[in-house]
Amino acid sequence: MTTATVGRRRREGAQLSERARAEDSLGRKLVAPAVVLMLLVTAFPIVRALYLSLFNYSLTAPDDRAFVGIANYVTALTDPLFWRATAVTVGIMIITVAVELVVGFVFAMVMHRVIFARGIVRTSILIPYGIITVISGFAWQFAFSSTNGFINGWLPGVDDGFNWFGQFGSAVSAIMISEIWKTTPFMSLLLLAGLAQVSEDMLEAAKVDGATWWQRLYKVILPNMRAAIMVAVLFRALDAYRIFDNIFVMTAGAVNTESISFLTYRQVIEQFQLGMGSALSVLLFLSVLLVAFILVKAFKVDLAQARQG
Amino acid sequence: MSHARKRPGTRFAVGVASAAVLAGTLAACGTDTDSTALTWYIGPDGAPAKEKIAEACSTDDYTIQTELLPTGATDQRTQLARRLAADDPSMDLIDIDPVFVPEFASAGWLLDIPDEYAERAVDDDVLDGPASSVKWEDEVVAFPQWANTQVLWYRPSLAEKAGLSEADMEKVTWDQVIDAAADNGGTVGVQANKYEGYMVWINALIQGAGGSIVEDTEAGTDAKVTIDSDAGKQAAAVIAKLAASPAAQPDLSISNEGTSLGQMFPQGGAGEFMVNWTFAYANYRDTVGAEGGPPDEATFKDDFAWARYPRTNPETESTPPIGGFDIGIGAFTDEPDAALKAAGCLTGTDAQVTLALEAGLMPARTSAYQDPKLVEAFPPDLLALYQDSIDDAGLRPASAYYSKISGAVQSTWHAPDTVDPDKTPEESATFLEDVLEGKSLL
Repeated sequence: MTTATVGRRRREGAQLSERARAEDSLGRKLVAPAVVLMLLVTAFPIVRALYLSLFNYSLTAPDDRAFVGIANYVTALTDPLFWRATAVTVGIMIITVAVELVVGFVFAMVMHRVIFARGIVRTSILIPYGIITVISGFAWQFAFSSTNGFINGWLPGVDDGFNWFGQFGSAVSAIMISEIWKTTPFMSLLLLAGLAQVSEDMLEAAKVDGATWWQRLYKVILPNMRAAIMVAVLFRALDAYRIFDNIFVMTAGAVNTESISFLTYRQVIEQFQLGMGSALSVLLFLSVLLVAFILVKAFKVDLAQARQG
Repeated sequence: MSHARKRPGTRFAVGVASAAVLAGTLAACGTDTDSTALTWYIGPDGAPAKEKIAEACSTDDYTIQTELLPTGATDQRTQLARRLAADDPSMDLIDIDPVFVPEFASAGWLLDIPDEYAERAVDDDVLDGPASSVKWEDEVVAFPQWANTQVLWYRPSLAEKAGLSEADMEKVTWDQVIDAAADNGGTVGVQANKYEGYMVWINALIQGAGGSIVEDTEAGTDAKVTIDSDAGKQAAAVIAKLAASPAAQPDLSISNEGTSLGQMFPQGGAGEFMVNWTFAYANYRDTVGAEGGPPDEATFKDDFAWARYPRTNPETESTPPIGGFDIGIGAFTDEPDAALKAAGCLTGTDAQVTLALEAGLMPARTSAYQDPKLVEAFPPDLLALYQDSIDDAGLRPASAYYSKISGAVQSTWHAPDTVDPDKTPEESATFLEDVLEGKSLL
């Protein structure tokens, strides 16, 4: 039977190859304009950043501009400040994505199963995602403020005068809570799409076979949602790695809450160090690629095969 | 076929019509305003007074409009830099904090001021401090607009308890001030948060001991770092002494210009010695009877005084900090001639008197201090002190890399209670050299 199935698939593959090739070629032509446009818009800044990163170049001393090769990269990679910012960024990424995945999945289940007031429930879950990050950052900063915030009053065991932004642990927690509140809806939206793909037939079959709710979740729902979970985690992880707005608004990088993006911002915008700033941008870009690569490998999902025959 | 023939004609007609409309609009733009419009980017200090000055300085040839900059010095600097780096021709007149003048001039963002205007911008009437703050590589690149300086504000009752007479206060040292406060239940107010104000204090302490943070600043990244010296150690000793003294205010490590104002007239307590900018006088004058201010008019008159910035070293005159604002002209302006004329008026004696009277921003010109209206508004000895203080002021390093220098010093000297005279100057010298050479991130 197994051989028969494989044989049939192979034959089908051979029959479809002509059509598949035509489809592929049409697909390529259709995306070509977008690819060209993207290259124009993104390739130039990327190449320019790569070029600038090889110079010691300050906007305020353009005459002192000097070619330094990879010295900027060496400085960055041997500097404790860079590694501290990287550690903070990775920490924020792992914790926020993990929490968002769990909370987002619960929200997705609610949105999927809700019978009454479906529109209202779905809309209210999605509201935070519609709010501009800078504004939600300010809202949470005020909420955590020791002078006019309400969080200290609500939390038992926390002194009313406790300054959340006075030390690293509490400051980074406040930043993460704001980040999680803001982006969990995005996670649940992607997971909802995955949930909708799990066929009811399979769930019913599992039920008939006597599978408990947990078994149905672990053996049927989650494996069938793998691609959707992977997309959700990938998108959010890459977003979280570039975290900037909440840090900028809530602490401005004080008490060591600086992320890689914020460090880059300070070099370029505040200190006008175009060379070092570009080198950091390139490193940020490479680390984002690395995170994407690790996640794709970890989930063993081939995005190119996601096309439904 | 006929359709195809018709189309070019239609297009042509549309083209002509839109060109006509466009030309009309443009012509209207050109003729509607009979004078040139200049934009003056103003700092938020004294904005209403500056709007008045802009109106008074507008002529038949040009009108000066104001555009408000953000409040924080860093935000002001980045907004100006972003516009200037993009060659913005609307940047005609720009308010610049003196410490950023070298950066902007070195970047080629400020118009070279022709000699005839330059001579008037820094003529003999202008006090020495502001006059040197507008020079870069021996060229005048901006017009001094107003000058700020720090003096020592104190309670004579507290000084008397410590046995310091008014004459003693004129050459008082940091050691004496800290001891006097500590022994008599008073405090010492400074600015020591991790920000530019802390750099102001450190720079004044080091220059007061005859030293400097960096020398040969026009060499850019090759500037000579001189913070690790006797003067640097004496400055560190003052900071360490205050941080360990009962005279330190509890919020020392996050203190700024506003935090110590309330300690001058506390509820029960001897008060303080505070180094602060000129706005402190108007602050206490206007808060008599209010919370944080003098309890009554008599206390303000008799138990509130001022003296020159304290000495680091008993033998050396102090070099008080200088601040204020200069007006530069954007290098990409479409109207350089009008802007130059306007800048002369905006920084003239009349404009400086208006700023001082309406916003408490002190003049950079001697003649303004002699204006009868100003003499009436401020105590004469205070005006004299301001002039001396601004004249003898010590500038912060004039470098195209100033933000790096300031940032490196702040990060090694903060928090004040970690400052150690034997280690801090040395550590900050090494770090500052690395940062300037691009070997360390800041």
